[in-house]
Amino acid sequence: MSEGINAALEFRNVDILFDRGNRRGAIEAALARLDAGETREEIGRALKVTVGVAGANLAVARGEISVLMGLSGSGKSTLLRAANRLNRPIRGEVRIGNGLAWLDIARCDDDTLRTLRKTRIAMVFQQFGLLPWRTVRDNVGFGLELRGMAPSIRRDIVAEKLELVGLANWADAHVHELSGGMQQRVGLARAFATDADILLMDEPFSALDPLIRRKLQDELLDLQKRLKKTILFVSHDIDEALKIGSRITIMREGRIVQTGTPDDIALRPVDDYVAEFIRHMNPLPTIVAAAVMRRFQDLPRRPDGMLDGGRIAIAPDAAIATIADRALAIRSHGAWTQGALCVVPAQLSLGEIIALRQRSGLPVLVEAEGRLVGLCDDADILQALCGEARFRAG
Amino acid sequence: MAPEQWIAEHKIPVGAVMAAVVDVVRKHGLAVFDVITDSVGFCADGLTTLLLALPPLLLVVAAMAGAWFLRRSAGLAALVALGLLFIINQGYWNETMATLSLILFSTVFCMAVGVPLGIACAHRPRLAQALQPLLDLMQTLPTFVYLIPTLILFGLGTVPGMISTIIFAVPAPIRMTQMGIARVPRSLIEAGEAFGATGRQILWKIELPAALPMIQAGLTQCIMLSLSMVVIAALVGAGGLGVPVVRALNTVQVDAGFESGFVIVLLAIMLDRVCRPKDSAS
Repeated sequence: MSEGINAALEFRNVDILFDRGNRRGAIEAALARLDAGETREEIGRALKVTVGVAGANLAVARGEISVLMGLSGSGKSTLLRAANRLNRPIRGEVRIGNGLAWLDIARCDDDTLRTLRKTRIAMVFQQFGLLPWRTVRDNVGFGLELRGMAPSIRRDIVAEKLELVGLANWADAHVHELSGGMQQRVGLARAFATDADILLMDEPFSALDPLIRRKLQDELLDLQKRLKKTILFVSHDIDEALKIGSRITIMREGRIVQTGTPDDIALRPVDDYVAEFIRHMNPLPTIVAAAVMRRFQDLPRRPDGMLDGGRIAIAPDAAIATIADRALAIRSHGAWTQGALCVVPAQLSLGEIIALRQRSGLPVLVEAEGRLVGLCDDADILQALCGEARFRAG
Repeated sequence: MAPEQWIAEHKIPVGAVMAAVVDVVRKHGLAVFDVITDSVGFCADGLTTLLLALPPLLLVVAAMAGAWFLRRSAGLAALVALGLLFIINQGYWNETMATLSLILFSTVFCMAVGVPLGIACAHRPRLAQALQPLLDLMQTLPTFVYLIPTLILFGLGTVPGMISTIIFAVPAPIRMTQMGIARVPRSLIEAGEAFGATGRQILWKIELPAALPMIQAGLTQCIMLSLSMVVIAALVGAGGLGVPVVRALNTVQVDAGFESGFVIVLLAIMLDRVCRPKDSAS
């Protein structure tokens, strides 16, 4: 697999089944039925075996944030937990690059597994998983303590990681004195403390209220720019997935439905299930100017040679713009003043475009690679908001 | 012949079997039981002697300081001091010390056996299932019934009293420890596993600290159950606060009965307040 070469973590044909009935041979029988194409409802009813994940293939590249998305019960957490064998795959490999060789987490011995968990793979939990009788410092140092590191060395590392998540003044507090958002920062610091290169995040922000959630997402993205971890992130929130994911994998009933970049998912959903997720996303932070704008090359020409942008007219070289034959100044969006046309970068979000359109009362011009390439007026914004056509451009 | 008569005539020898078992154990294990009796009796009686050798007021001050050190509560320290002074005032100091050392020994033994057994039960549901009827039996079988073989095997004195106390009290720490460990949230165990903890590290760094309040509740229960056995212990010759109760009962002395009864209650309250788990912070 060509993708595998750069992958830090790779799932290959992973099946995860849970035996609820403890009957001898139930798992083997379930695998046979799975291979014969039976659905997981049929298998569950007949054998009391739950199919958590079936036939999952996924490569997570070094330094990327890969998001697993799906409804509850879709197997996303189950698959994530296979990455450090909290769930052990019945079949298939979970490979992690170890020096020059691959190591199969699903089959390695217990000592190797513990070493991997102590040094390579850290985890952040939805319910934080902090030890309530310990101080923040001792929670963050937990992983290092398990390694047998001396308290004096531990202390410095813990202080550094607490600094990283902005909790330097809270080292001696007890966990229950902290708000939910702060508790999850402790969870993050604990995961960073072991300097693991792979981070598993199991709906880490789902238990937080929306404002705090967004703040922590921003902080995570900010930290990721510096730390460049390989992150596998489970979410049931499409906005979260689109915001933080460099790749998104959609799961349904234990199977992977689609894997791709956020654009792939948003613009080219493979089926109705994926499209349904996209329909419910919040377009304001997600859709960018490039996808909203009408491109200059698509605009009709007026008799005088200017491009017809509806309310405004623009010279083909995009040097002059007029409204009702009155010339308009063109200013970039940092230096914009009242009465001038505002120029924004192609990656600006729809929400910000709307704000600028509202303040200027004029269409917003879009710039890419130093050239003006398109404009967004009310009709374009409305079209982007109402769906369907919003996905036309990349 | 009426059927019930037939049933009655073919009696299943439950009592005879138990008697035979005790007899065999006594014949072949007498030396062992003698050693247990002598060593345990020596330690418990030795502790009583030691406590009695110290000046009572010094012990009162020490107990007060201990209560303050453990709970940081002036009210509790005052309660302990006043309670002990009341006991001196009523003239039951010697009996109280004998009871304390008996409780101390049986509680230490119960915890030493009960906590590991409780942990094992929490980790092995089969063991818990197997132990369940035995624990029920220990708590419900009338004490006087197993007092008889205990007397045969250990003779009169402190040790049979202590054995009966232990049989009655040890299920509490076993059950509370088991419950405490079994109730540790799965997410905490998984957090430990995810960071590479060994089974032993999970036990010491996660399960035991998380179960500590329950284990402490087991300790308090164990002390209270032991205290409730003092009168029965006195019946088989153990010293302590049960002795004046038994004596008062035999001679129908209302005043002495209530005096010693109050002292037992007072001791129970003091021990409970000092040992009970702290109200967990929200």
